Amino acid sequence: MTARASTENPSRAAAVQKVVSKGGIEAWLVEDYAVPLVALEFAFKGGAAQDPIGKPGVATLLAGLLDEGAGPYDDEAFHRALDEDAIELSFSADRDVLTGRMQTLSRNIGRAFELLRLAVAEPRLDPGPLERVVSQVAASLKREANDPDFVAGRAFRGLSYPGHPYGLPVRGDLATLPTLARGNLIDMRTRTFARDHLKIAVVGAIDAATLAGHLDDVFGALPEKADLDPVALVSFSGEGVRDITPVDVPQSTIRFGRQGIARKDPDFIAATVVNHILGGGIFSARLFREVREKRGLAYSVYSQLVAFDHAAYLSGGTSTKNERAAESMDVIQGEIASLAEHGPTEQELDKARKYLIGSYALRFDTSTKIAGQLVHLQTEGFGVEYLDERNKLIAAVTMEDAKRAAKRLFGDAKLLVTVAGRPEGM
Amino acid sequence: MSIGHSAAAPGAVFLTPSPASPGKPSGPAIAQAKLANGLDVVVIPDHRAPVVTHMVWYRNGSADDPLGKSGIAHFLEHLMFKGTKNNPQGKFSELVADFGGQENAFTANDYTAYFQRVAKDHLAVCMEYEADRMKNLVLTDEVVAPERDVVLEERRMRTDSDPSDLLNEAVQAALFTQHPYGKPIIGWNHEIEGLGRDDALAYYDRFYTPENAILVVAGDVAPQEVIDLAQKIYGPVASRGAAPKRTRPREPEPRAHRLVTLSDEKVEQPSHQSVFLVPSYRTAAPGQAEALEVLAHLLGGGQTSLMFKKLVMDEKIAVAAGAHYQGTAVDDTRFYVFAVPAPGVTLEQLDDAIDKIIAQVAEHGVNEADFHRAKTRLVAEAVYAQDNQATLARWYGASLATGLTIEDVAHWPERIEAVTAEDVKKAARWLDKARSVTGFLLPAATPTRLEGDVDPALAG
Repeated sequence: MTARASTENPSRAAAVQKVVSKGGIEAWLVEDYAVPLVALEFAFKGGAAQDPIGKPGVATLLAGLLDEGAGPYDDEAFHRALDEDAIELSFSADRDVLTGRMQTLSRNIGRAFELLRLAVAEPRLDPGPLERVVSQVAASLKREANDPDFVAGRAFRGLSYPGHPYGLPVRGDLATLPTLARGNLIDMRTRTFARDHLKIAVVGAIDAATLAGHLDDVFGALPEKADLDPVALVSFSGEGVRDITPVDVPQSTIRFGRQGIARKDPDFIAATVVNHILGGGIFSARLFREVREKRGLAYSVYSQLVAFDHAAYLSGGTSTKNERAAESMDVIQGEIASLAEHGPTEQELDKARKYLIGSYALRFDTSTKIAGQLVHLQTEGFGVEYLDERNKLIAAVTMEDAKRAAKRLFGDAKLLVTVAGRPEGM
Repeated sequence: MSIGHSAAAPGAVFLTPSPASPGKPSGPAIAQAKLANGLDVVVIPDHRAPVVTHMVWYRNGSADDPLGKSGIAHFLEHLMFKGTKNNPQGKFSELVADFGGQENAFTANDYTAYFQRVAKDHLAVCMEYEADRMKNLVLTDEVVAPERDVVLEERRMRTDSDPSDLLNEAVQAALFTQHPYGKPIIGWNHEIEGLGRDDALAYYDRFYTPENAILVVAGDVAPQEVIDLAQKIYGPVASRGAAPKRTRPREPEPRAHRLVTLSDEKVEQPSHQSVFLVPSYRTAAPGQAEALEVLAHLLGGGQTSLMFKKLVMDEKIAVAAGAHYQGTAVDDTRFYVFAVPAPGVTLEQLDDAIDKIIAQVAEHGVNEADFHRAKTRLVAEAVYAQDNQATLARWYGASLATGLTIEDVAHWPERIEAVTAEDVKKAARWLDKARSVTGFLLPAATPTRLEGDVDPALAG
C-alpha cells in the first residue's frame, strides 16, 4: 500500500491525465496502484431520449443485451468468460446516455478489454437472449406495477413531460414491450455508438500507454459521428395539478415537483445550495426537521434538483400514513413558500455551503466512484479543471444569489403533486 | 443482464434511507487493539483519499429484543440521535454536516452500528461525540413520541405497503419457531406502538457499554495514532465489568417442510423463495460455512450458476433465479434460493425443478469447471472490496460483531480456496426440504366478489 503525502488542498484535477490514443480516442485516467484493480466507465450520448416513438425501452433493452453474446461467444459463453476471470461488466441506459462499466483485477486487464471490445463493437443481439431479457424486463415491471413509489413516479413523469420522451418510462412499458424488435436495437446501436459523444474515464493500476492501446481496440472501429434525433427543450408541466392513484396501502406515497434550473444556468450552483437547505441535506434539511423530526410524519422526505440535457426540474417525495398525508403536504408546501418568499437564513446558507464543499471528497474515495464522477463531468461538458473549481463556486454563493435562486426555483410555490395510496383530505 | 433478487435477504434497517450493503473483502494491513475498558479497536488503512470512515458497532441487534418488545434495538438506534447531557439533539449531526460528512446508523439481527464518513481531520471530533453518546444519552417523552411515529411510518413504507416484504416476514417467522431471528428487525406493529422511553433506556443501559462495542476506523490514518486517539477519547468510558450476555433460545432441529403463501391483489408478478436453516460462520464446523458460500454461488450466483442455467436458459420456466447464503450470523442462519416464474409456469412447477437441482448436487456433486469458476469469483470479491473503505469497515465490523476474529476475515479467501468439490456436495445436504420454509407470492385469487363490494383489507 502506498502512502501518498497529503496536503490540505490537493488538486484533484492534477491527478487526472488526459490520454489520447493514436486513433484519437480520449480518456481521463487516474493512475493508482494501491489496489490491484482497474475500473473503467464510459458513456455514449443517446439513452432513452432516443427511443423510437411508441417504443420506449429500446435503449434499456440494448444495454441489457450487450453482455448477452458478442463476437464468437453466445450469451452463456460470454458470461462464462467474464466469470472465469472475475471480470465485472455492465451496461445501463439513462435518460440521455447509455453507460458501460467494467471492473477487473489488474492481472486480467488484457482479457477484460477484449471482452469489453466484443460487447461494444460486436454484440450479437441474438433473438434468444433478446426474448429472455424482454421477459426479465417485463417481470420487473410487473413486480413494481402496484408499488406505491413506482405508481406515484409513473404519474409524476407522465404529467410533468406529456408528449415528450422524458415523460416516458426508461425501461419501457408492458403494453409495448413485446413490440420491441431486434431491428430497433440494431438501429439504436448504429445511431448512438459513435466516437463524437463518447466519454471515458479509467481509474486504477494501468498506465497511459497501455490504456491508449486498449482504447483503440475497444472504440477505434466505431463511426466518427453519432446520428442522434433532436430532442426538444421542454418545460415542466402540471404545476398546480394534484393526481391521486388509489392503491390499497396504509400509507400515501407522494411525489412533488416543479420547473428546475438548467445545469449551465448561472444560478444552478446557487439553486443546488438552496435545494440542499430545503430537502437535499439529511438531518440539516428543513423538510427532514419539519416533516420527520418535529412531527413524526414520515421516515423518508427529500428534495432534489434533476437536470437532463433538455429539461430541468425540482422533485421531492415522502411517504406518510393516509390519515396524515394532507398535513405532510401542507408542511412541505409551507416550507417551499417560505423559502421562495424569505430565502434561507444566513446560518442555513453557511451550513449548506460548508456541507456541499466538505462532502465533495466523499465522491472520490473508490475507483468506481471516481470513474463515474469523471464521466459525468465530461458528459455535462466540463473540463478537468472543474474538479478544483466546483468548491470555489459553492463558496462564492452569496445570500443575494441564494435568494434569487430560491425565488426562481420555488417561485409561486405551485407544485405538481402525485400520490399513490388512499390519502385523506387531499 | 440480470434483474434483482426477488426475495431479498433481510439486511440491516437504516436510520435514514441508504443503499449500502456489505461485501466480501480482505487485503490491507489491519491493526487491532483492546482498551482496558473492553472496547475492541480495528484500524483499516486506505491512503488513496484523505477520507475516514468511523464506525461504532454494538454486539446487540433485533435478536436481543426482550420478549414483547420487538423493535426496541432499532427504535433505540433512532433515539441515539436525540442528544446527550452534554450535547443537545442535533448538535452532533449538525457538526458532521458542517464537515461535509455523511452519517447513518443501522440495526441488524445481531448488531447495531453508527458511522460517520468525514475528511480525516475530523476523526477525533467524531470520536468525542460517539464516545459521549455511549454513556450520556438523554431521552424525553417529547422526542420519543414523534420518533416512534417515524418508525411506524418506516414500517408502513418498507413492509406494510409491500406484499413481498410481508411474505418475507411471514417466512422468517415460520422458519424460526423459537429463535428470535424470526422476529422482524423493525418489530411488529403492535409492539412498536407500545415502546416507550423506559424501554429504550433499559435497553441502552444493558447493551451500550465499551465491552460490548467495537470501534472500526478505515481510511487515511496511521493505525497507532488511531489507537492512541481511541485510548484518549473512548478509554475514559467506564467499564461495566463484563459484556452483556446474549440469551437466545436455540432453534430446534426442523423436521417438517412449511409452505407460506401470500395472495394480494397488488401482486402481478408471482415469485418463489425457499429458506433453509443452516449453520453460520460462527456455528459451523470448520470449512462448512465456506462450503455453503461456494454452494450458494454455484447454485445461484449470476448467470452461469446452475439454477440460472437450468431454470432460465435451458428449461425457460423462470426469468430470474438465484441463491444466497447469509453466513454472517451469531446463531444458525439462512440459505436462500429464489426464482421468478416465466409466464404460465406455476410456482409448484418451479419448486419441483429447484428440488431436482438441489438433489442433483447433493447426490452427484458439481462440475469441476463450474466449481473453479465459483471459487475464482468469490475470492475476487475480496479484492474488489479493497476498493471501498466503507465496505471493508462493514465487513470487519459485522464479522467481529457476530463472534469472528480479524484473522477469520483476513484468511477468508484462503479458506474459500481450500473448499473441495466433495465439501460442496456435502454442504448441499443442508438443503433438505424438511429444513426449509417455502414462500409463494401470488396474485389475488380470481375475484368472486360482486361489483361494488368493499375492497378486501390489506393482507397480513
